[in-house]
Amino acid sequence: MTAQALEQRDLTVVIGLEVHVQLETATKIFCGCSTEAADDEEPNTRTCPVCLGLPGALPVLNEAAVEAAVKIGKALDADVAEETRFHRKNYYYPDLPKNFQITQYDAPICSDGTLEIAVEGDRRDVGIQRAHLEEDPGSLQHEGGGIDTADYTLVNYNRAGTPLMEIVTAPDFRGPAEVRQFLAKLEEVLEYLGVFDSTRDGSLRVDANISLVPSEEARADGTIPTDALEAANRTEVKNISSHKGAEKALAYEVTRQKNAVERGRGVEQETRHWDESRGITVSMRSKEEEKDYRYFREADLPPLQVADWKERVPIPELPDARRERFREEYGLDAEAASKLTSTKEVADFFEDVAAEFDPDLAATWVADNLLGELNYRGMEITDVSGRLDEFKRLVELVAAGDITVKNAEEVVLREMLDEGDDPDTVIEREGLGKAAAGEVEGAVEEAIEENPEAVEDYHEGEEGALNYLVGQVMGKTGGSADPGTVNQLLRERLE
Amino acid sequence: MSETPVDAEEVRHVADLARVDLDESELEEFAAQFADILDYFDALDEVPEVESETDLVNVMRPDEVREGLTQEEALRNAPETEDGYFKGPRVS
Repeated sequence: MTAQALEQRDLTVVIGLEVHVQLETATKIFCGCSTEAADDEEPNTRTCPVCLGLPGALPVLNEAAVEAAVKIGKALDADVAEETRFHRKNYYYPDLPKNFQITQYDAPICSDGTLEIAVEGDRRDVGIQRAHLEEDPGSLQHEGGGIDTADYTLVNYNRAGTPLMEIVTAPDFRGPAEVRQFLAKLEEVLEYLGVFDSTRDGSLRVDANISLVPSEEARADGTIPTDALEAANRTEVKNISSHKGAEKALAYEVTRQKNAVERGRGVEQETRHWDESRGITVSMRSKEEEKDYRYFREADLPPLQVADWKERVPIPELPDARRERFREEYGLDAEAASKLTSTKEVADFFEDVAAEFDPDLAATWVADNLLGELNYRGMEITDVSGRLDEFKRLVELVAAGDITVKNAEEVVLREMLDEGDDPDTVIEREGLGKAAAGEVEGAVEEAIEENPEAVEDYHEGEEGALNYLVGQVMGKTGGSADPGTVNQLLRERLE
Repeated sequence: MSETPVDAEEVRHVADLARVDLDESELEEFAAQFADILDYFDALDEVPEVESETDLVNVMRPDEVREGLTQEEALRNAPETEDGYFKGPRVS
């Protein structure tokens, strides 16, 4: 297709993704080195002959990485292959100590899945063509300049061998915002599965294929025929490291391609590098083609037959299903159900509380109060997971009316989070236990004696005077009296 | 395989992929050697099939951390290092 012809047509954006996610295992995929990066760790301190590619070292597959891959396959409703095997992908670059990467080629562990996303309120399935296991390369630092101007390169193999799952989607995205939604959804699902940690630096990396196809080529259901896709030149954008980054990088690249077409230059088929700090994509001279990787069987790793693991390896209820169930089982509205399933830990926490208390009360306390206060402090639910019993005790005190809602929210919960105390300790220290009846009555007596003017005003019909007296009583009881009761007692006493 | 002679251009491409710098005379020399090496592989076609051992499947290890190398050990064979890193030329 020539650029001239394209200029006059309506163009549809077509994007497909290769998403690399690091799997949360204790050790690397082919050796027993730890995957746990300590803060400010020294380079090359988590290596062994296998992940350094020393002669004679033999890889042995980590069972937990396979288990994680099967879980992902199940969650994406994919097929788990009867037999799957590993290949060597050969290329010479110092991030690969062996000069090849062990990956999967013709028989990936998972294929043909889907992940549902919501696009402008509509639910849509994104096709997952395949998902395969491979090893992460090491990390490079280009010293004294950028990637192409540096004086030299420093290499750290601590990351080399971290298990990765590469998830390849069908070209089902029609814009950058959809990609961002997909990535957020994928992260959510992977975190529910317990196989992924989004807070780990570099745990998600994305390569995206982008092309512009004449809109008239699209089928009625919005899919694009293969020949139309192949006729369009595409760019592959590499080095995207977050879902926010993906939306920005793709928005940039779509605009760049549209401009190129409008100016009659057309789009060149090439690999481009997303430069996050500059917010642009730049052309990468890549001489290598698919056949240059000279894939061949990794003879050191026997094939895998783990299709039956699909039965054996359980996965938890996934976020969409859980949201739906929360609405039905607990009668929550969409917003509350969504907040309470934002992570598996939040959902588990809520269900623990809801098992013992009224679901509405539990929802208010977890979704509004607890998550609100945690968010304000930059804390996560996982910071308080171990204090579930203390939190339940607080809800119990509120439910029983032993403490006012206001005090529970504004004093006890906050001090529990700030001071790390249990609710009874805070209540004791702050004197917030609901005042004993006698104490409240005493305070009412005192307030009346000390404020003859207010009493007089009240008798003259000023309702504001009563509020003033209620305030005085509340002050004397340190806020622990129930305002309704105080109001009642004052009225009775003043009649 | 050996019916297709290996030409200098192919040797250059393979050398590029392996980041090996060859001059013109070396290209010719290696082209001849490549052809010889590929001929050796033809000999394998004449080896009769033998019964092999049962193929292994599902060889895996538990996800348990094992002691690896110290930084000093890891870097011991490196010609150049800096601050605990392997040091190499610019790559792009």
